[in-house]
Amino acid sequence: MPPAGILKTRFARFAIGRLMLRAGSLLICILAWHLAATHHINLGIATFQNVPSPPDVLEAALALLHSKKMLAHLTASMSRVFSGFLAAAGVGITLGLISGRSRFAEDVLLPPLEMLRPVPAVAWIPLAILMFPSSELSMVFITFTGALFPILLNTIHGVESVEARLIASARSLGSGRLAIFTEVILPGAAPNIFTGLSIGMGTAWFCLVTAEMIAGQYGLGYYTWSSYTIQNYAAIVVGMILIGLLGMVSSLLIKKLGNLLMPWHVARRNKS
Amino acid sequence: MSLPDYIKTVSRQGRVDITNLTIQFGTGKQSFTALHNLSMSTKPGEFVCLLGSSGCGKSTLLAALAGHIQANGGSILVDGQQINGPHPERGLVFQQHTLFPWKKIIDNVAFGLKMKGISRAARHEQARELLKLMGLAGFENHYPAQLSGGMLQRVEIARVLINSPKVMLMDEPFGALDAQTRMMMQQLLLEVWERIKTTIVFITHDIDEALFLADRVLVMSARPGRIIEEINLDFTRPRHAELITSSHFMQLKRHCLELLHPQNSHFPLQRVHSLSDAPASEPDFAH
Repeated sequence: MPPAGILKTRFARFAIGRLMLRAGSLLICILAWHLAATHHINLGIATFQNVPSPPDVLEAALALLHSKKMLAHLTASMSRVFSGFLAAAGVGITLGLISGRSRFAEDVLLPPLEMLRPVPAVAWIPLAILMFPSSELSMVFITFTGALFPILLNTIHGVESVEARLIASARSLGSGRLAIFTEVILPGAAPNIFTGLSIGMGTAWFCLVTAEMIAGQYGLGYYTWSSYTIQNYAAIVVGMILIGLLGMVSSLLIKKLGNLLMPWHVARRNKS
Repeated sequence: MSLPDYIKTVSRQGRVDITNLTIQFGTGKQSFTALHNLSMSTKPGEFVCLLGSSGCGKSTLLAALAGHIQANGGSILVDGQQINGPHPERGLVFQQHTLFPWKKIIDNVAFGLKMKGISRAARHEQARELLKLMGLAGFENHYPAQLSGGMLQRVEIARVLINSPKVMLMDEPFGALDAQTRMMMQQLLLEVWERIKTTIVFITHDIDEALFLADRVLVMSARPGRIIEEINLDFTRPRHAELITSSHFMQLKRHCLELLHPQNSHFPLQRVHSLSDAPASEPDFAH
């Protein structure tokens, strides 16, 4: 077996190689977009006639970056997404744990939720405006509906996938109901819960533009939507890219947090 | 190696009396009798092996002793007390380990003490001693996924021993190990048991294993399980691997083989394992 040092450098080279590959793929996509946009390529079913080119978008991005509104857009959107996400995490995990453990709760809670699940965020807008006193709360509610279901369903799945043998063994070792819950069910379901949280974070951002259609002034979704209404196409793409980036980064952070809290899970995954 | 003090006080307890135990699964036409009027008992500190081919109900018997399934008839007493659900005084070791993947080895071993409300420092000290006894010093901070099968079974045994059980129930604990590791584990188990002298009820379908380990072997018939033969073993202890090739041992082995596989009457039976992958008809004990 080669010494650990060599293995480490090999691993590092491997990691750098993969990183370059990923960056390269991204670059090629941007280049293709640039060529298509500057040559006004017409593919028949889709045309790049009016699509802004990467330099246009960069220019719009710089303009946004230098405008005083940038920070306000960012903080408004992040606070909406995170509030909706946190509420969804609280409700989703709690309901998920309860329905995963009790068949009665599952039968009572799941049918109405399953019916609401396919309702798209945009369909919630009128009701959200009617139901909540402030438009701020309506927007939080819409990101909440986006994040809730992945968190809820993954939590239920996690609880149900905890092995009966582990529960039996905990009982044999003197665990009562509460201890079984905190020592076995919760950590056993944790990997699935984190998967749900990571997906839920993504879907919360996904619903942002929809939510901020009802915003008056600020927010990345509002910026994107209002740019569309005033036909500022380059700015739309800036909004799209920013939302995509923020969604990706915050999902990744959740995943990292999960790995930090579940070192055992990382150990198990590396083994298999 | 000296033994931790808290373990020395265990012995002279762990008398098991099972009388006319009957266990059925399912209802109506689907029902079947896993055990019928089975009686057996152990002396305190005795090492008893239940030997039987798959499907004879030996795992069901052990699960009933552990308190995970209810009897339909008869009684199970431990030191004169009717058993009433699972209890740490009856520790259970399975073929597939049931360690918590999210706990470090030391916290897995200390789990029983945590349930008793013992402080972290005190329970870690005891766990560390037990891990040393099982030859696992230095692995305290590993996770189960980082250990081999044989090591995991040693942790599993340590986790049960920390509760100072009156009876240790072992359901083919070494069945999934390779031959060499299995032999090593058998010797280790005997070494540990000779120090702590807790009662052990050990289930196996491996004749060598039963004859090598036990003070007494109880041979079970095919389902519904009954005890068809009792074999007292007076091989001197400590026992060594050479025992397996001695002529007396071979003679007993042949006898057991005849009991387990009588001519013309061996039908393979569906496996009924009471605590893992339970068929739907069995009681849902885990919730």
